[in-house]
Amino acid sequence: MSEPILELRGINKSFGPVHVLHDIDLDVHPGEVTALVGDNGAGKSTLVKCIAGIHPTDSGEVLFEGRPVHIKGPREAAELGIEVVYQDLALADNLDIVQNMFLGRERTKGGLLDETDMEQAARKTLASLSVRTVKSVRTQVSSLSGGQRQTVAIAKAVLWNSKVVLLDEPTAALGVAQTRQVLDLVRRLAEQGLGVVLISHNMNDVFEVADKIACLYLGRMAAVVGSKDVTHGQVVELITAGRSGDLGIARPEAATI
Amino acid sequence: MSSEEGGMTDTTEKHEHDHEMPQQGAISDFGIDTTSQSTGEAVRDYWARVRGGELGSLPALLGLVVLLVVFSALSPTFFTLGNLANLLQQGASITIIAMGLVFVLLLGEIDLSAGTASGVTAAVMALHLINDGNLLGGMGDTVFYVFCGLLVLAIVLASVMKIWAGAVLSAIALVIAAVGIPANAWLEMLLAICVGAAIGSITGFLVAKVGIPSFVVTLALFLVWGGVVLQFIGDGGTLGLRDDTIFNVANGNLNFVGSWALFVIAVGGYAAVVLTRHFSRLRKGLVAQPTSLVLGKIGALTVLAAVITYALSLNRAQSNLVIIEGVPYVVPLVLVLLVIGTFVLDRTSYGRHVYAVGGNKEAARRAGINVERIRMSVFVIASSAAAIGAIVYSSKVGSVDPNAGAGNTLLLSVGAAVIGGTSLFGGKGRLRDAVIGGAVLAIIQNGMGLLRQPAAVVFIVTGLVLLLAASVDALSRRRAATAAR
Repeated sequence: MSEPILELRGINKSFGPVHVLHDIDLDVHPGEVTALVGDNGAGKSTLVKCIAGIHPTDSGEVLFEGRPVHIKGPREAAELGIEVVYQDLALADNLDIVQNMFLGRERTKGGLLDETDMEQAARKTLASLSVRTVKSVRTQVSSLSGGQRQTVAIAKAVLWNSKVVLLDEPTAALGVAQTRQVLDLVRRLAEQGLGVVLISHNMNDVFEVADKIACLYLGRMAAVVGSKDVTHGQVVELITAGRSGDLGIARPEAATI
Repeated sequence: MSSEEGGMTDTTEKHEHDHEMPQQGAISDFGIDTTSQSTGEAVRDYWARVRGGELGSLPALLGLVVLLVVFSALSPTFFTLGNLANLLQQGASITIIAMGLVFVLLLGEIDLSAGTASGVTAAVMALHLINDGNLLGGMGDTVFYVFCGLLVLAIVLASVMKIWAGAVLSAIALVIAAVGIPANAWLEMLLAICVGAAIGSITGFLVAKVGIPSFVVTLALFLVWGGVVLQFIGDGGTLGLRDDTIFNVANGNLNFVGSWALFVIAVGGYAAVVLTRHFSRLRKGLVAQPTSLVLGKIGALTVLAAVITYALSLNRAQSNLVIIEGVPYVVPLVLVLLVIGTFVLDRTSYGRHVYAVGGNKEAARRAGINVERIRMSVFVIASSAAAIGAIVYSSKVGSVDPNAGAGNTLLLSVGAAVIGGTSLFGGKGRLRDAVIGGAVLAIIQNGMGLLRQPAAVVFIVTGLVLLLAASVDALSRRRAATAAR
């Protein structure tokens, strides 16, 4: 198996008296989709925000490509090659697809925006992800469907040659066909050699695209299992009880927030 | 040898790659997104956008045509050369202030103080001129030191937010005020613009950094600057501007050669920019409008500009004693501001960020854009533009009175931007909206005046037109919201 691109070692995080993350270990490998599952309040979004540099961690180590890194903000995460696609999409409705994909990182030539270059790059990226549902890359985001928006947000991450993409519930608000599109896209990201972390509540989605499932239970990493080695029911048990047969935390009843 | 060959194949490979990837690869994946549209497709696309609620300046342009026809039919003097030139000069100041306000409106903010702020800059300009550079004498000790203190404050605030243009302009204003350089028309105009930038820095800081809603900040400052103008000029006083250069800004005309030179530069520049972009898009295999349509647009504009330039270069004086001819100076002034502003909004990262912040503040923040800085900067732009507007209207009247910039200056400016199609909800609008809207309002005021309508009717009609424009904005927005998804 390849070297992990992103490693978390003993991550702890508290918000005041609430200990949200307990000694979290997680490896993200390139070319793999790691699903991060857990009940509401298990700490999934907090973990993602810690990786993205939005929340500072209290203790623990983050290794990126084998080197320890200290990510202090979204910009630093982006510079390393870690992109986050948030649940509430960070797209500006009044701009078109190209403008959104390059927002904050516009390409310029002689101080002026290089529109043709950006448009070509955006089309190339969308084409490489086999996105066919968008009529034109100059379509305003306001006239796109939910799935298409999600596609644009994810494609934005690819455009920046990111190495790790964190997706926070990308299919939460989507219909059946649109979910299909996004899951296909997630799979293609991994095929392109990116490390993908997918937060999801939907077990069907998880089993469909994930290579590995990481279950959080009350801020603890209950188990990291290969998706082929477990059943649907076992994962649900891990999520709700923190334990399933030999898998999971030794004494989940003692676990507290 | 071998290494050379290796290099050769490498470059040819790269070349092929460059050529094929964007064109072949992309086109096959975007079946509908072909490289060149037919005229019919372009027209259908435009119509679909209009039906989808993206009206842009269309209602205002239609209104403009209707107004021109109606007033020409009703008043024999309306469609005369003298009046049309006069119209341009009357509408210029409102249009310029409105162009600055477009930046503020793009963020979904409002600047109610732009009118009285322009009054302050006009008063400072007049004081400097009348007292031959001695602002200390013109204002009195206390007022002068407070004035300088505020300029220092503006420099500090702009520097803190790294808005260097605002800081530098405020510093220039401070230097001009403190050094007491003798009166010079150009210096006075520069001073007015710099004071405008300083005012905008203060307004912008209060909105962006302190976080007070712009409506409240600028409502308060509307009163403050109104008071400042009164303090500078004194109750019932008027500051006359006896200077040929300042007088000519709004009343002078380009000579015959200058008028046609302007025509050549404007039309040639437009054609060069449009054609360069068009062919660069075609060359790179991106969607472009049909070449015939682009050429048609340029041709139509050339003919229109030639007719206007020709008409304005005829003698339009009412009596035989004087000759009035040539394109008024305000035309190149407005054009230059329009071109610079449009360039900033459309072709620079800054402009892109203004639209992004207006569309989705949170998305802009996550994309790493300094939202506070963008929000502050638009107020600096608006107040500086207001100062240029102030120069034009003071020049037109030939004096500055305590009511300068008060009354309906602001309302007409906001009205001009909104009538032209700028959305009050932010994120949507272009600089040319201000010009079209300014023309609509100028025609209403001018035409109703010629028809000898009482002020009451003029106010009511102007207000109703503004209401109509705001309704069109709100309805088209709703339509766009339902058309999506």
